[in-house]
Amino acid sequence: MNQRRKEFHASNLVLILTVLFLLMPLFVIIVFSFNEGKGSTFTNFSLKWYKLLFSDSHALLDALSNSLFIAFTAGLASTVIATLAAIAVKWYSFKGKKYIQIITYLPMVLPDITLGISIVLFFAGLNVPLGLFTIFAAHTTFCIPFVYLTVLSRLDEFDYSIVEAARDLGATELQTLYKVILPMILPGILSGFIMAITLSLEDFIITFFVSGPGSTTLPIYMYSLIRFGVSPVINALSCFMIVSIALTAITLRHFVKDLAIS
Amino acid sequence: MKNLKLKKDLGSYYAYPMGIWFSLFFLLPMVLIFAYSFLSKGLYGGVELQLSLKAYRDIFQKAYLLILGRTVVISFEATLYTIIIAIPCALALARSKRQTLYLTLIIIPFLINSLLRIFAWMSILGSDGIINRTLIQLGIITDSLPLLYNRRAVILVMVYMYLPYAILPIFSAIDRFDFSLLEAARDLGATKMQSYIKVLFPSIKSGINTAIIFTFIPAFGAYTIPLFVGGKDSYLLGNLIVDQVTKTRNWPLASAFSMFLTLISTVLVMYVFVDDKKKNPKKKRKI
Repeated sequence: MNQRRKEFHASNLVLILTVLFLLMPLFVIIVFSFNEGKGSTFTNFSLKWYKLLFSDSHALLDALSNSLFIAFTAGLASTVIATLAAIAVKWYSFKGKKYIQIITYLPMVLPDITLGISIVLFFAGLNVPLGLFTIFAAHTTFCIPFVYLTVLSRLDEFDYSIVEAARDLGATELQTLYKVILPMILPGILSGFIMAITLSLEDFIITFFVSGPGSTTLPIYMYSLIRFGVSPVINALSCFMIVSIALTAITLRHFVKDLAIS
Repeated sequence: MKNLKLKKDLGSYYAYPMGIWFSLFFLLPMVLIFAYSFLSKGLYGGVELQLSLKAYRDIFQKAYLLILGRTVVISFEATLYTIIIAIPCALALARSKRQTLYLTLIIIPFLINSLLRIFAWMSILGSDGIINRTLIQLGIITDSLPLLYNRRAVILVMVYMYLPYAILPIFSAIDRFDFSLLEAARDLGATKMQSYIKVLFPSIKSGINTAIIFTFIPAFGAYTIPLFVGGKDSYLLGNLIVDQVTKTRNWPLASAFSMFLTLISTVLVMYVFVDDKKKNPKKKRKI
């Protein structure tokens, strides 16, 4: 018994160290966003980087609003498309089912860079101007598989006889969908939607290829900040994002395990 | 029966939006770059409609092969370290009483934009960074250590980035594992190590395989990590592909490299899935 307890400690230690390792850079960012100096020694507490961030915030706000717009629209589109497809794959047989099942996995396992290249060359070949639409299309594409899998795993727990009962009681196909299936799988749909929004907000590489002039998203904006002169303004911006994401994660912590397992 | 027939037709309505979307924005672009890789480079970017194998011949230039080999080695190393750290973490996580807390703490950094996390590492490792500053102030070193802009930094940041991807699938496999099996093995005379290797490991192997895929493939196609924390010794395939599109505007070569990347990823995924399928029926038969 004693021996066994010891081995628990060993893996616990690794876990705690790993969590610290994962959080350490975030901690560094937060601390140095309040540093008066530019270097990496902490001199004095100051809010000057925050003032700078918000006084010169036109580009930032543009990028933020683009990002939110794309995340919301692409999240919505991918959730609708993927939820319907998951229902179809779970319960119906139809032509091309195998095709749908296989092709949904592919974008998830391919490196982002391949997806980005193929879609940008596709748009360039068709002479589609790069901008918000191309970002929306690309984001919807890479979000769909994740929402699809989340909803599908929720449908696995769904008792199909409820659908049959609804139909026996005279519900039409659409009524069954709206009044029975969708409300019951809503938690799965919501976590898929949240996942799509985070994926979209976070994506840099694919957006880097398909964004055009005037369609800078937040990650692209940060890329240019880092690329052309590192400034502590990034720390202030990051701190802001870390706190808001941490708060969201803590509020939604009941979803966390669902998300983690799917 | 009539009902069933009706439902069959409706299934296609549910699924077709996705089918059409993916055909248009995923399959078609992939087919297109496949085609581009066999065409010749246009004068001002783009492609000319002339069949050519030049792009594929170019891949086998010594300079490119060197980058390719380096990418394989670096992503392999990063994957190895990540998995070695992730397994005990997932094990401790599955047994922990504060599971939700730990999961949230692991997922938070994963939700923060990757560029910000790379930036944080730059300010930790830089020549004027936190580590060097601290060591100099403590009088341990006089000149700053070259911690940034080399392959070690690339591997470190890769491990950092992909750890959550690796921990979560292994955790969800362990979470389904029945720990009383381990006790049974011990009762039947297995040593601690034996019970882990022969009982726990086979049943979480699919989780480990998923973790390997989720670590190796993004590492193999990494662009931002080598760009920001790497140096000359860690210019990887991802940087090469992006430069072919944005700088030299050589679409056929970029397409050929992307096809190569796709091929490697597909082979890896197929291998793991086939491996899983082969193992699972066997296990059932044994029982």
